Amino acid sequence: MHMADALISPAVGTAFWGVSGGLLGWSTRRLRNEGRPETVPTMGVLGAFVFAAQMINFAIPGTGSSGHLGGGLLLTILLGPWAAFLTIASVLMVQALVFADGGLLALGCNIFNLGFFPAFVAHPWIYRPLAGPDPRAPRAWAAAVAAAVVGLELGALSVCVQTVASGIAELPWRTFLLWMLPIHLPIGVAEGLATAAVVALVASVRPAVVTAGSRSARGAALVGLAAAAALVGGVVSWWASELPDGLEWALARSTGTEEIARPDTAVHRRLGKAQERVALLPDYGFRGSDKAGEEGGAPSSRIGTTVSGLVGGALTLAVAGGLALAIRLAGRRPAASG
Amino acid sequence: MNAADVEVFDLEYRYPDATPALRGVTFRVPAGEAVALIGPNGAGKSTLLLHFNGCLWPARGGVRVGGEPVTRSTVARARRAVGLVFQDPDDQLFMPTVLEDVAFGLLNAGMPPEQAQRRARETLDRFDLGGLAGRPPYRLSAGEKRTAAIAAVMAMEPSVLALDEPSSHLDPRGRRRLIGLLRSLPQTRIVATHDLELALEVCGRAILLDGGRVVAEGRTRELLSDEVRMQAHGLERPRGMEPPPSASPAVTVRP
Amino acid sequence: MSSADWTGLRSIDELSRLDTFVHRRDPRAMALATLAYVAVVMSYPSGSISALTPLALYPAILIAVGRLPVRPLARRMLLAAPFALAVAAAHPLLNRAPVAEVGPCHISAGWMTALSILLRFVLTVSAVLAAMACVGVDRLAVGLAGLGVAEMVAAQLSLLHRYLLVLGGEATRMARAVAARGGGARLPLRTWAGLAGHLLMRSLDRADRIHWAMASRGFEGRLPRTRRLQFRAADAVFLGVCAAGFAAARAWNLAVALGRLTGAR
Repeated sequence: MHMADALISPAVGTAFWGVSGGLLGWSTRRLRNEGRPETVPTMGVLGAFVFAAQMINFAIPGTGSSGHLGGGLLLTILLGPWAAFLTIASVLMVQALVFADGGLLALGCNIFNLGFFPAFVAHPWIYRPLAGPDPRAPRAWAAAVAAAVVGLELGALSVCVQTVASGIAELPWRTFLLWMLPIHLPIGVAEGLATAAVVALVASVRPAVVTAGSRSARGAALVGLAAAAALVGGVVSWWASELPDGLEWALARSTGTEEIARPDTAVHRRLGKAQERVALLPDYGFRGSDKAGEEGGAPSSRIGTTVSGLVGGALTLAVAGGLALAIRLAGRRPAASG
Repeated sequence: MNAADVEVFDLEYRYPDATPALRGVTFRVPAGEAVALIGPNGAGKSTLLLHFNGCLWPARGGVRVGGEPVTRSTVARARRAVGLVFQDPDDQLFMPTVLEDVAFGLLNAGMPPEQAQRRARETLDRFDLGGLAGRPPYRLSAGEKRTAAIAAVMAMEPSVLALDEPSSHLDPRGRRRLIGLLRSLPQTRIVATHDLELALEVCGRAILLDGGRVVAEGRTRELLSDEVRMQAHGLERPRGMEPPPSASPAVTVRP
Repeated sequence: MSSADWTGLRSIDELSRLDTFVHRRDPRAMALATLAYVAVVMSYPSGSISALTPLALYPAILIAVGRLPVRPLARRMLLAAPFALAVAAAHPLLNRAPVAEVGPCHISAGWMTALSILLRFVLTVSAVLAAMACVGVDRLAVGLAGLGVAEMVAAQLSLLHRYLLVLGGEATRMARAVAARGGGARLPLRTWAGLAGHLLMRSLDRADRIHWAMASRGFEGRLPRTRRLQFRAADAVFLGVCAAGFAAARAWNLAVALGRLTGAR
């Protein structure tokens, strides 16, 4: 469920960086006020634990496919919402930066999707009220499953919202949702079961392992959601209003339309012939074929794959590669000094 | 740095599940001396060490370092006075580089960063680890890690050095270097160890702990020679020892 | 993620210890440049392809000057690709409206979008991985603190990084022991829970010990740092050149310009 940069617009990415950054700041301030220095090494080690535990797959009951622990709910049960949020954020940071699992611009989105929902929604609103005092009791198991499912589904929903709002991927909203939500249901059940099993095991040895709930975390849920809605709505609508019909603008700028010039030399003639074969289609629709009949707008807003675009693009990549190679080879030559 | 004496009096401690771990431990280590804490697993050696600088607090009794009791109000001083070296160096080398680990205690004590860095480098040089300053801990060998952990503690120039199984995971060469190092230090040294040969070489006196109680204490050589008692408490007389001398009055037995 | 992925962390650590112009850059400069780059790449409208190509110069030069090996970075990129690939691949299926022809082939809008997404993926991921290979997690943590991020976040990054390999090693050993007793690559949930529970208990015990070790050396909540960051002229130049390059690439379609230079129209 980690989002890559390739699907996020700067507007959405920045908006969620703002929300997640704000939540992180809030969390660290609360943790500082709690004044329990032992939390620091515990967060570090438990973050490493989640990473390590994710390396080992289990069979998702009922589906036959493998899954691995997400860890958001488990961390919240062990650490409480604030410390868990920080820990989850740090795990996501390392995943994104070192393992390219999730993007950089998208990091705010991922921290929100995978951290905010388990720590501030699923745990305080579902797990804690339902679980009861004994982590080994059946109701604690049920609570974990319910909380995990809700947390993951909300995260999946959030992924859809972020993708569609970004407008880079042009997936129909409903299809994407109908794909994401059912997939995460068995994953959520498995996550809940795995979490409950681990907590039950540890609780029998270390009864104090389950932290007390935090009432203020519930408040954080509402604040976080409100902030996310406001920021995303605000940023995205500002962005959209700056542009003429976003679609037209997108199409016009896509590859750089240019007028066809008359070829003079042999090369030009050959390229010109290639150009002839590349047809510019006046009517098109990017949102499905029902728009096929609509006018494309002013001539400058037509798009097409022009030869200059193709040639230029290929050349640019070649230049980039060649330059890199040249630098590399130059570096290999033994230098006179150091 | 002046070596300090360590006094433990009537120390009682229970684990969180209420099983007793230490049942009234009393002994004294004079300043500058080296004492071995020996005993079977579960005797309470590690638990005892954790009381020297306030990592654990007793239910009864306490610890005095250099005459001053270790309490919650004096704990910061106790932590500067007592250097505790843990069993697993990975638990003790938690900073990104060795240099930062050695400087950690100095910076926490309020030393300015440039000075702390200088002192850390000097300490590393003293322990022949100068070249490893910029290395992350996972790139050190077991022996280097052990030495780095000791260096990190020694940089604070403690008056007392308490070590928990310092020779575990060391190869013979590393172990030999450790023994040489421990013998050369001026601090009061308390070494909890299963390595009885090390205890013999480093520590003049030994304390035998079992079931949370001091069972015997005395000159190391004499204590270890008593095969019967050693075996009664889950230990063996080291094979390399010469034959035991005749009954010696230097060993006292606790009822 | 398999145990082989731990080489990812080690290799980033090792690569970050090289000494080149880009390795010597202040981590704050590198962080800002990377963030700006990603934002610029993603600011292009949907379906952009040729306009993006000049931006390939940034990661290419970074990799070349930093003497970073390409194959491990490419491998990591491939491992990270599935979700983006899946989303990209959906487009040609969903959006078949033809937009252009090259010879007998119709290029649909869906293909344009898909290719654009893939290109953006390659550009952004290579930029981030290359930057990390120059900076490393620890220097990044210090850099973040220098940029005003809460000290606790930086400390958490450093500690997580420090104990990742330790716990990863423990997990691998435990998994291997289970596999030796007949477990497959995919454990039944109960077995997994036993393993994970055991690992968790060891981790909690270790956290206790680390805290004692920290407290024994005076720890009171903040990790003290000796590293000093110095923003040098070279860092300003680096940022300036990057900013200028990104802006130029964004403002004009340099690829088309280059194409026109060759006479193609």
